[in-house]
Amino acid sequence: MNQITALDKTVQTNKTKISARNVNVHYGDSHAIKDVNVEIEDNTVTAFIGPSGCGKSTFLRCLNRMNDTIDICRVTGDIQIDGENIYDPRVDPVQLRAKVGMVFQKPNPFPKSIYDNVAYGPRIHGLAANKAELDEIVEKSLRRGAIWEEVKDRLDAPGTGLSGGQQQRLCIARAVATEPEVLLMDEPCSALDPIATAQIEELIDELRNSYSVVIVTHSMQQAARVSQKTAFFHLGNLVEFGATGQIFTNPEDPRTESYITGRIG
Amino acid sequence: MPSFWLVIVLIALALAGFVLGRKRALATAGGDMKQLHSLPAYYGHHVAFSALVPALAVLAIWSLVQPSLIENRVSDMVPASFVEEGHTIDLILTDVRRLADGLDAAVAQGALSEAQAADLDAGTTDIRALLGDLGVALGADVQPEILAAAQSYRGLSDTASTAKAAVVILLALLGFGFAYQRTHKDFRARNVVERGVMALLIVAASLAILTTVGIVFSMLFESLNFFGLHSWRDFFFGGTWAPNFRGDSDLSILPLLWGTLYISLIALLVAVPIGLFAAIYLSEYASAPVRSFAKPLLEILAGIPTIVYGLFALLTVGPMLVTIFGKGDDGVLGVEWMSGATSVLTAGLVMGIMLIPFVSSLSDDIINAVPQAMRDGSLGLGATRSETVRQVVLPAALPGIVGAVLLAASRAIGETMIVVMGAGAIAKFSANPLESMTTITTRIVSQLTGDTDFASPETLVAFALGLTLFVLTLGLNVLALYIVRTYREQYD
Repeated sequence: MNQITALDKTVQTNKTKISARNVNVHYGDSHAIKDVNVEIEDNTVTAFIGPSGCGKSTFLRCLNRMNDTIDICRVTGDIQIDGENIYDPRVDPVQLRAKVGMVFQKPNPFPKSIYDNVAYGPRIHGLAANKAELDEIVEKSLRRGAIWEEVKDRLDAPGTGLSGGQQQRLCIARAVATEPEVLLMDEPCSALDPIATAQIEELIDELRNSYSVVIVTHSMQQAARVSQKTAFFHLGNLVEFGATGQIFTNPEDPRTESYITGRIG
Repeated sequence: MPSFWLVIVLIALALAGFVLGRKRALATAGGDMKQLHSLPAYYGHHVAFSALVPALAVLAIWSLVQPSLIENRVSDMVPASFVEEGHTIDLILTDVRRLADGLDAAVAQGALSEAQAADLDAGTTDIRALLGDLGVALGADVQPEILAAAQSYRGLSDTASTAKAAVVILLALLGFGFAYQRTHKDFRARNVVERGVMALLIVAASLAILTTVGIVFSMLFESLNFFGLHSWRDFFFGGTWAPNFRGDSDLSILPLLWGTLYISLIALLVAVPIGLFAAIYLSEYASAPVRSFAKPLLEILAGIPTIVYGLFALLTVGPMLVTIFGKGDDGVLGVEWMSGATSVLTAGLVMGIMLIPFVSSLSDDIINAVPQAMRDGSLGLGATRSETVRQVVLPAALPGIVGAVLLAASRAIGETMIVVMGAGAIAKFSANPLESMTTITTRIVSQLTGDTDFASPETLVAFALGLTLFVLTLGLNVLALYIVRTYREQYD
């Protein structure tokens, strides 16, 4: 990927994929997310930036209801994906998570072979009728994860034996294998070296063609490099949301400017 | 000087050493703590330990070795004719020791003077009556030879004790002097104390290991005695267990091993699924309040003494099973399959209950050790909780769980009280779980309780059984470790 500066980015308007309205999250007594409204577009990389503890990861985890797995966490408000409220009681969070894939901060391949790691989701959701189809899905996903060439000769080797960057790309391949529509990434590069980071960033840019990608990052350079839209969170509030070029060059809110120039955070 | 006072003296020396060593160190630094290499207390500890540790070690070893050395000397004095009259030399030496202790007691209580005690004549004085008045009961009238041996025993003990006291105190003083003389502000007392601490820890670790080795050897020697008296073929490959205290018994381990393994198998069939599922519920599903309430409750089970489980087997589970499988037309099933409360099933069920907390608390720890990232990864792909448990958490935790199961198995094989009370006493091969059977541990108990003669194969077989049991459980534990190690690398 070329070093595109934030300014050069052209923003074409895509249709809205996720629309969040008045989202509030409480962890026990603490109010982690306060009245967040955001529209996330399809075929776009949206970056969430902000200082540690600002709630960006929490908000990300609302989008696939991963917060449901935390007992004390309470989410209110309205989040719609393709016009359907994902917190509607009729929505099965398990099905939702197949549609909204997630990649975590630390690469977390299962203690299984590379093949089984990628085949995990398709098997659970019955996406392949037979072995040949499954093989095809695995290969396609590994290619999408830009790791096929490196692992094609050792699909039976344990996924945990790969390097950190390879593991993270394996996790991305694993996430795309269930054919999600949205891909959530929670600081996917924070545990990786610069070379692996560059590979992942390149991959994210390609993934944009097929998915709506939401990425949480601590690195503002990364946000500037990979995203078209950026949301700045501060103390649980969504302070500013807009085109990445706009946010990084001409922020409207003084807090955004302070953060970007390094005065807070 | 008795060892008690010796120890007091040593401790006093050590305390003095602490104070003096500390003082001297400070004095060499001109009272300025910053000039010292180590904190003043380290110099004190250095002197105290130098005085105390070698002296205590010598005291301990000496006290252990002295009696057997003296008995060796004394046993030469006992005429061979005594040994042949059906007494073993050990019994005679016990008499000698008792007599010697009795005389010491008589002197201590003032019934005899030191000189009188030394000049006693078995022919003229009724020593048995004399000592009996003082509360020392002797088994038989005292023969002159025994008296002579006892006098010699007393003399030797006396000399040895004096020598012991002298050597120990001298050693303590030497250690004290050496350490005190080395104390100087540049002396690295802290490093020396550090090495001392390490040595202490090494000693503790080796003691634990040496004890195990000691146990194995004592079992091994008695087992060898047994195999000298009884054919090893019958023991390992015979088919019947019929001890007969008139001699000529069939002592085969196989029926007992069968009973042991059968009961353990049933116990594991109960304990592993229930324990594992309980662990999965507690670690994966239960909310924090439920968990904090249920886990200790489950662990209470582990604190119940096994004899109580035995009672439970005998009084509750056994009769309940009889109501179901026995009693003919009065029973639940209307069958007559079970006659008594003791059976393989009774013991197996109760032992299984006993093992539940063992399996569940080990598995719970292991399941909790699986990184949360694994669960998140699986849940994030749209797996349900049970799919996550089955396909990600359990495979990752499997080596540990297998280890836990094998540990439980070795507990089951070695368990005694429940089978003594619940399994019965009939050694046989049978696949019917409603019959009573017996196990290795039960037979060890029954061979060694009551009046026993440690020279007959019927008694000594207990050691061979014990050794086999030990080898069996050791094998299981080694296997458990091997499995855990082999598969762990894959998941790290």
